[in-house]
Amino acid sequence: MDTDEPLIRARGLEKRFGDFEAVKGIDFDVHRGESFGFLGPNGAGKSSTMRMVGAVSPVTGGELRLFGLDPATDGKAIRARLGVVPQQDQLDEMLNVEDNLVIYGRYFDISYAESRAQARKLLEFVQLEDRATSKIMPLSGGMKRRVTIARSLMNDPEILLLDEPTTGLDPQARHVLWDRLYRLKQQGVTLVLTTHYMDEAEQLCDRLVIMDEGRIVAEGPPAELIRVHSPREVLELRYPAGANAEQGPALEGIGARQEVLPDRVLVYADDGEAALSEVHRRGASPESALVRRSSLEDVFLRLTGRTLVE
Amino acid sequence: MTATLPERRSLLGPAVRVFEHHLLVYRRVWKSNVLGSVIRPLLYVLGMGLGVGSLVDDGPRADTALEGLTYFEFFAPAIMATTAMQILTNDALWPIRGGFVWFGTYHNQRATPIDAGDVVTGVLLWHLAKGVLSAGGVAVVLLLFDGTRTAALLPAVVFAAFAGIAYSAPLIAFSASRETDLAYPNIQRFVIVPMFLFSGAFYPIDQLPGWMQTVTRLTPIWHGVELCRGVVHGSLEFVNGAGHLAYLLVWLVVGYVLSRRVFTAKLGV
Repeated sequence: MDTDEPLIRARGLEKRFGDFEAVKGIDFDVHRGESFGFLGPNGAGKSSTMRMVGAVSPVTGGELRLFGLDPATDGKAIRARLGVVPQQDQLDEMLNVEDNLVIYGRYFDISYAESRAQARKLLEFVQLEDRATSKIMPLSGGMKRRVTIARSLMNDPEILLLDEPTTGLDPQARHVLWDRLYRLKQQGVTLVLTTHYMDEAEQLCDRLVIMDEGRIVAEGPPAELIRVHSPREVLELRYPAGANAEQGPALEGIGARQEVLPDRVLVYADDGEAALSEVHRRGASPESALVRRSSLEDVFLRLTGRTLVE
Repeated sequence: MTATLPERRSLLGPAVRVFEHHLLVYRRVWKSNVLGSVIRPLLYVLGMGLGVGSLVDDGPRADTALEGLTYFEFFAPAIMATTAMQILTNDALWPIRGGFVWFGTYHNQRATPIDAGDVVTGVLLWHLAKGVLSAGGVAVVLLLFDGTRTAALLPAVVFAAFAGIAYSAPLIAFSASRETDLAYPNIQRFVIVPMFLFSGAFYPIDQLPGWMQTVTRLTPIWHGVELCRGVVHGSLEFVNGAGHLAYLLVWLVVGYVLSRRVFTAKLGV
C-alpha cells in the first residue's frame, strides 16, 4: 500500500434502506494517525456510515476503500485490522470482564495464552486491572465503556471506530475516557468517531465532517470550521418566555448575524461585550446575557439552521 | 502490529471461535445444566417407567403391544431424542434473540473476521454439542438399568442430537427473523409439546388414527425416536436407519440455509 494513500477513502458513498436514503453520497479521507470525527444530530447518517466503514453494512452506492481494500470483497481482512466500539457496549453478562476480552481476542485467531496476556495489559491500560474477575452487571456505565474500549483493542487495530463513545456517561467518566482515547491517538492509533457532542468533537478530533440529513455540510479541523463559519464570539440573550422573537427590530444590525431560538437569541459578533453594550444602549436589556466563544454548535446552527441536540 | 494474525485462516476457523464462545459461557453454567439433563430424565424414567410401566407390563396385551419390550425399554431410549429436542428448541428461541438484541454477541462477532454465515455454523456446532450433552445425560441414567445398559447408547446419543438440531436449525431462522419474542412461548406450547406427546415416545404410533400417524411420520422427532429406540435394542435396520437420518439431515440443511440467509440480512444492515 502506498504510504500517501488514505487509510479510509470514500467517494460518493451512499446507503439506502429501501426508499430511505440514510447516506446521500459523501466523500472523505482518513489518514494514518489522524483522529477523525463525524459530528451531527441523531439521524444524520453517522452510524450508517460507520457501519459501512466497519465492513459490516454493504455499500449501496459509490466507493469505499479501507487500507486500499474493498469491504464488499475483503471484509474479513479489513475487519481483522479494525477495532470497534459499538454504541451499546454489548458486553457478555454471562462472562467476567477478562473473559469478555479473551474470547474477543479468539475471534481474531489470537491464541488463548496471548489473548489472556493482551487482556491483562489492556485492562491495565483502561485502569480496570482490579476488576478482571468482576461480573459485568455491577460495573458503572463508564467502567463498562472502558471494558468495551479494551475489548476493541484486543487485535491491536490500526483504526479504532467509536460510535458515540461517551453518550450517556457522566462528565467525570467522559473525561477519563477522553484521556484514554487521547493516549491511544498518541500511540499512533487512527481514531474515527461519531458524536453529537461538540465538546467531544473539539477535544478528540483533528479533523471532522459535519453531517446533516445524510450529507456532509462542512469539513475541516474544529478550530478552522469555527473560524470560517462563525464570528469569534457569541452573545446569548434571554428574554422573558415568548418574547425572544419580538426583539428582532431592536437588535437589528448588532453583530454580524443573529439567530432567534425558542429559548434565547444568539448574536454573533467578534466582540461580544461591545455587542452587549449596544443592546443595553438601545434599551433592549434582556433578563440575562452571557458572552462565550463560538463553538461547533454555532457552526452547525449556521450551516443547517438547526441545533445539534434537540 | 498485526503480526499476530496468521495470513491464512481455515475454513471452519471462524465458526469454531463462535463455538468457543458458547463453550466459555457453558463453563459458567454447566453444573445446573448437567444436573438438569440427568435429573429430568431420571424423573421421567422412574415416574413413567414404574407407574405406567407396571400397568402396561401386567396388562393383557403385554406380549405384543410393544414389540416384545417392557414399557420401560420401549420409552426410555426415546427420551434421549425428546430431551435433545426440548433443550435445543429452547436454545433456538431466547438465546438467539439474546445474541442479536440483549447481548449483541452476534454483532460483536460480525465486527471481527467472523461472517454471518460463520456465526450460524458456530451456533449449530454448539447445538450439536449441546444435543450430545443433553442426550448423554439421559444415556447416563439409562446405564443404570439392565434393560437399556448397552454400548449402543453411544450412537443413540448422536442420533438424538441430530433429532434436536433438525428442530433447532429451522427454529433459529424463525426466531432470528422475528422482531419480538412474543411468538416464542407459542412455539413451545403449540409445536414442541404436541410433538413431544405424539412423537411415538410413549406409545407406538399405530395407536393413533391413520391421519395422525401420517402427521407424526412427518415430524423429525418420530424419526429420532425410531432411531434411538431401534439402535438401543438392536432392531434398527440399516436402510431404515439411513432413511430416518437422511430425513433429519434434510431439516438440518434447510434450517441451516434459511438461518444463514436471515443472519446475513440481520447482521449486514
